[in-house]
Amino acid sequence: MLAETITLAFQAIRRNAMRSFLTVLGVIIGVAAVVAMVTIGQGASDQVTAQIEGQGANLIFLSAVEGEFDAPAKPFDSDDVEALIEQIPAVLTAAPFGSTQMTLVNGNLNHATQVTGTDSRYLIVTGRNLIHGRAFTPGEEASGVAVCILGETVRQALFGRADPVGMRIRLGAISCEVVGLLEPLGGGGFGRDEDDIVLIPMRTFQRRIQGTRDIYAIQIALRDGTSNSGGVSAIESLMRERRRIAPDEDDDFNVLSMDQIAEMLADVTGVLTGLLASIAGVSLLVGGIGIMNIMLVSVTERTREIGIRLAVGAQAGQVLMQFLIEAVVLSMFGGVIGLVLGFVLAAVVAQYMGIPFSPDLAVAALAFVFSAFIGVVFGYFPARRAARLDPIEALRHQ
Amino acid sequence: MTDTVIELQGVTRVYGAGDTEVRALDGIDLVIRKGEFVAIMGPSGSGKSTALNVLGCLDSPTSGQYRFKGVEVGTLDRDQRALLRRHFLGFVFQGYNLLPRTSALMNVELPLIYKGMPRQDRLVAAAAALDKVGLAHRAHHDPSELSGGQQQRVAIARALAGNPEVILADEPTGNLDTKRSVEIMELLQGLNRDGMTIIMVTHEDDMAEYAGRLIWMVDGRIERDAPTRKAVADAG
Ligand SMILES: Nc1ncnc2c1ncn2[C@@H]1O[C@H](COP(=O)(O)OP(=O)(O)OP(=O)(O)O)[C@@H](O)[C@H]1O
Ligand SMILES: [Mg+2]
Repeated sequence: MLAETITLAFQAIRRNAMRSFLTVLGVIIGVAAVVAMVTIGQGASDQVTAQIEGQGANLIFLSAVEGEFDAPAKPFDSDDVEALIEQIPAVLTAAPFGSTQMTLVNGNLNHATQVTGTDSRYLIVTGRNLIHGRAFTPGEEASGVAVCILGETVRQALFGRADPVGMRIRLGAISCEVVGLLEPLGGGGFGRDEDDIVLIPMRTFQRRIQGTRDIYAIQIALRDGTSNSGGVSAIESLMRERRRIAPDEDDDFNVLSMDQIAEMLADVTGVLTGLLASIAGVSLLVGGIGIMNIMLVSVTERTREIGIRLAVGAQAGQVLMQFLIEAVVLSMFGGVIGLVLGFVLAAVVAQYMGIPFSPDLAVAALAFVFSAFIGVVFGYFPARRAARLDPIEALRHQ
Repeated sequence: MTDTVIELQGVTRVYGAGDTEVRALDGIDLVIRKGEFVAIMGPSGSGKSTALNVLGCLDSPTSGQYRFKGVEVGTLDRDQRALLRRHFLGFVFQGYNLLPRTSALMNVELPLIYKGMPRQDRLVAAAAALDKVGLAHRAHHDPSELSGGQQQRVAIARALAGNPEVILADEPTGNLDTKRSVEIMELLQGLNRDGMTIIMVTHEDDMAEYAGRLIWMVDGRIERDAPTRKAVADAG
């Protein structure tokens, strides 16, 4: 009998092609939306995580700011940098860091970017390499001459494909010789472009741009295998000592580890994913309401159908089983198409936005189950009410 | 005249309550034996369809007793009543009640599916039933592509396809011209001769004459219950 009931269910699906199609469409929209949105959101947050990990998880930013709103505080000096390296065993190396936005000019090409004053230890701290040219010499760093190292984005903006090493560019009023070219990090997509950067010696930055010998930020790399939080607290206590902060006073500097940044970014991408998920939830609901409508609209006709079946000798259970199979088949069909469509959509968007494609099967399963649930509930419950009537009442239903 | 198929005792069917109460059946006593061909006539609204629905186990009496082949129908549950309809009863509705967007053949097949008949037998039986009502050439048409009279005949084919013990037909010739009506009545008569019990509601005296017994209803009651003239003549 089950085989017959399945046959009847498929007959009914074919017989009511339009209704079946709309039901399936509702499920498809719901499932595809959720799957696509969540997959894209997940991809974006994976991307951010990957970028942070690319920065080196051992990186720590030390900045001379205080209070809740990061007001500028007493600056550091170059002795602080040396002290960090010499006195804290966990510190691999450290580099001063100062930066400002400037416009670069080469002939009639110009490009606005972040000009960073630092020293050659910056390359070790950030784990970056030169693909061409050289780093700053100790002499250049001590005297503060105008030399610079370009990132790939800056090179393309000012030189196209030409070799910039040995050429001169202008940084505002400063004429500056290009001595090296950073290896591109690529990436792109979300976050800032790590190749849109120009490095000059810290001393040059201080003398020609900042006008003081102050250092407002230091980038520190911890040795591999040391704990992030241990490094942070060692840096904190060294700085409190050097800056003579009384035990009851707050820090007048800020230590931020990559771990903490990762956490903050995870919060942000969590919000993003949540947002996408709620949009998806709305689509799911819209799809669900669509299914509901179609099912309820067809109740009259279906009630008569049930009356006819009962009249020719069907038992209520058989009729219900048929309706259940029908609803399940339509929902599953829509669900599978929705899943595939959602993943394809997400893959295309991921490709386009340059983020990884990160399918989450749990969410897909959830969307699938939800749609199937709606399909079954609204296909089944009106039918159950009708199957409880006397056949003649079901037949009379208007 | 031996076994009793249908026995009603004081059956009522009341719609609504209070001021709007309608006593569609108002105390029906009736015995129908195996092999009878009964015609029910009466003015519109006299309760003919209601009576037929109750006899067909599509509707439940408000009070009174209905015994089908000795079984008290009131004591059966819904599923048991469904089995009774499935195996013993064939119903022709006043309004056909065919499944829309479903071919004539599939409509006729429907009761056979629930009877659990294998697919091949089912197709043969359904086609034969359609052939009997002269619709073999329309087997693959939907009800919407058939005339009223043709739909009526599909409904009749559906009722007789399962070879039930009793056929209940509510105005089976209501939409047919005289020639078709006569064909259908002769068909029913043939089935009756083979032993099928037939109960038919009709408005036409000519059609009633094919039956052996005529029940005349007024206001939910049986006013007259007698052999038809033809039956008297046949006996005489
Ligand atoms: N579902 C219902 N609700 C209320 N009253 C009903 C219902 N069905 C039938 N009736 C009433 O019961 C009475 C008998 O109706 P029934 O349909 O049995 O008449 P009938 O003899 O078959 O009439 P017709 O020859 O017009 O088909 C009528 O007065 C009708 O109005
Ligand atoms: Mg009637």
